[in-house]
Amino acid sequence: MLYREAGQFKASYAADQAIFPITQDRVAVIAVLLIAYLGVPFIQGDYWFEAILLPLLIFALAAIGLNILTGYCGQISLGTGGFLAVGAYSTYKLMTAFPDLNILLIFILAGLITAGVGILFGLPSLRIKGFYLAVATLAAQFFLVWLFNKVPWFYNYHPSGNIEAPPREAFGFLITGAEATPQVRYVVILIFVTLLTLAAKNLVRGRIGRSWMAIRDMDIAAEIIGIRPLQTKLLAFAISSFYIGVAGAMMFSMWLGSVETEAFQLFVSFDVLFMIIIGGLGSLLGSFLGAGFILLLPIVLTNLFVGGLGFTANFAKHVEFMLFGGLIIFFLIVEPHGLARLWQITKEKLRLWPFPH
Amino acid sequence: MTMAEAGGNGADVLLDVANISLSFGGVKAIRGVSFDVQKGEIRAIIGPNGAGKTSMLNCINGFYHPQEGTITYKGRTRKQMRPHEAAAQGIARTFQNVALFKGMSTLDNLMTGRLLKMKGNFFLEALHLGPAKKQELAHREFVEGVIDFLEIQTIRKTPVGRLPYGLQKRVELGRALAAEPELLLLDEPMAGMNVEEKEDMSRFIIDVNEEFGTTIALIEHDMGVVMDISDRVVVLDHGEKIADGTPDEVGKNQDVIDAYLGVSHD
Repeated sequence: MLYREAGQFKASYAADQAIFPITQDRVAVIAVLLIAYLGVPFIQGDYWFEAILLPLLIFALAAIGLNILTGYCGQISLGTGGFLAVGAYSTYKLMTAFPDLNILLIFILAGLITAGVGILFGLPSLRIKGFYLAVATLAAQFFLVWLFNKVPWFYNYHPSGNIEAPPREAFGFLITGAEATPQVRYVVILIFVTLLTLAAKNLVRGRIGRSWMAIRDMDIAAEIIGIRPLQTKLLAFAISSFYIGVAGAMMFSMWLGSVETEAFQLFVSFDVLFMIIIGGLGSLLGSFLGAGFILLLPIVLTNLFVGGLGFTANFAKHVEFMLFGGLIIFFLIVEPHGLARLWQITKEKLRLWPFPH
Repeated sequence: MTMAEAGGNGADVLLDVANISLSFGGVKAIRGVSFDVQKGEIRAIIGPNGAGKTSMLNCINGFYHPQEGTITYKGRTRKQMRPHEAAAQGIARTFQNVALFKGMSTLDNLMTGRLLKMKGNFFLEALHLGPAKKQELAHREFVEGVIDFLEIQTIRKTPVGRLPYGLQKRVELGRALAAEPELLLLDEPMAGMNVEEKEDMSRFIIDVNEEFGTTIALIEHDMGVVMDISDRVVVLDHGEKIADGTPDEVGKNQDVIDAYLGVSHD
């Protein structure tokens, strides 16, 4: 009943091409942003930030990155973990080599370095497609993690092989290191995620996004209307890797604080891939929904089985494995476009509800 | 467009195909075919299945590279060309089996046709500011013109994968038109259509030719349509040219009748 667009006429193409052309959507998004910026930072207690909010935002950003490459441009990648590692290790190297450089600038630089690495590993995509490309990106995953393990220069010859984020300030706030409060880190990450999501939306709805989707849907026809396949695919690899690199930088310096390559193994690549499959391929909203789903389900299950029903943690873990496998198969069969598509169907139904037609 | 104009001497030759031969391994798809397309005409390429018609179009827009012969387009002779270069020089085409971007809306499909006309500024586009926004709206306006022309306003926001076949063919024509081509290659634009849809499509093809002055080269199997709308016809059979001329001349040609109806081998 509330969700009606009747009477909302668009008098210009600009109004028709707005990101949220329907008033109710616009109100809802503004409300969510207001709560995220003005309400959430006043939550007390580290658990909410450390266990839920920070990883949710960081993985949503990584999922947006992978969604640009896989969901919009149609190039499957299993190298997400490796690219997160590039973001993390380049942040560490830049932080320790240039202590005076603004930390926010370092995040951007780490993203750009990852974009460069992404272009390099995207080169085979001109020749190979589908499963074969997935295997080629798998090479990126294994090579990059191996590299950061084997070359001591990357972890500054630290005997433990760990990298640890030194404390850095930006605009008078301490945002990295053990002393930084989770509230401040949350707001910094939230600002990055908001701006990068907006930029991603603008890219995918414009010229560049259409050339990505053209390559995804029918690469021969795309070439015939004048799209250059190599440049378009490499741009997707670059931007996707930029997003994943920034996510890796924040994962290392603002969430975990101290990592080793163990944190960037293949299972991370699969987690992010599951996020976009369950959330919705080719949907930015889906990236958030998928990240929320994959991160929150284990927490809910643990609380339910261990806290509520008194089972052992091991039991809860195994139930989680089974449930995840089942859900992924369910989504692939029933709704390949994921949670985002379910949300869209709900909205379409709501437009008419409670009347049948 | 009249006959006199099309057949007249001294009319501008937009595309000249000379002595093209194309083979895939041992199979000769095209053997020494020559013909030209004059500016502003509707040129039909006909022939039985496997005659090499689609291969010919693929050579023209750079998808195949013929082993022999030359293609001269707008006075420039070239041997090899990539499809996106052909697009940049104003050659657009449609496919025999619809090749639309199925996950995108009709509007977005047509907007991809404008890609070559759009200038890129990555950062402005990411911010959706100033020139990037203005450019997007200007091209939207042009595309809306094409949508009005093809009478597909109601399916503007529908993903093309959900559209019926006849409309998909129309959207594909729209995508080619959005590129404002000088030479439009249509590969069986009426295949699989019923009579009403064929009439609509014929009307659109003639309108495109007359209103925008676009030169059209089309492959079609429906002889009634070909004889009605085209100015000149070239007939291929087994990769060779067997006739070339106005629809009337071609229709009376004994080789053409033999190729289509078969000839008794006694």
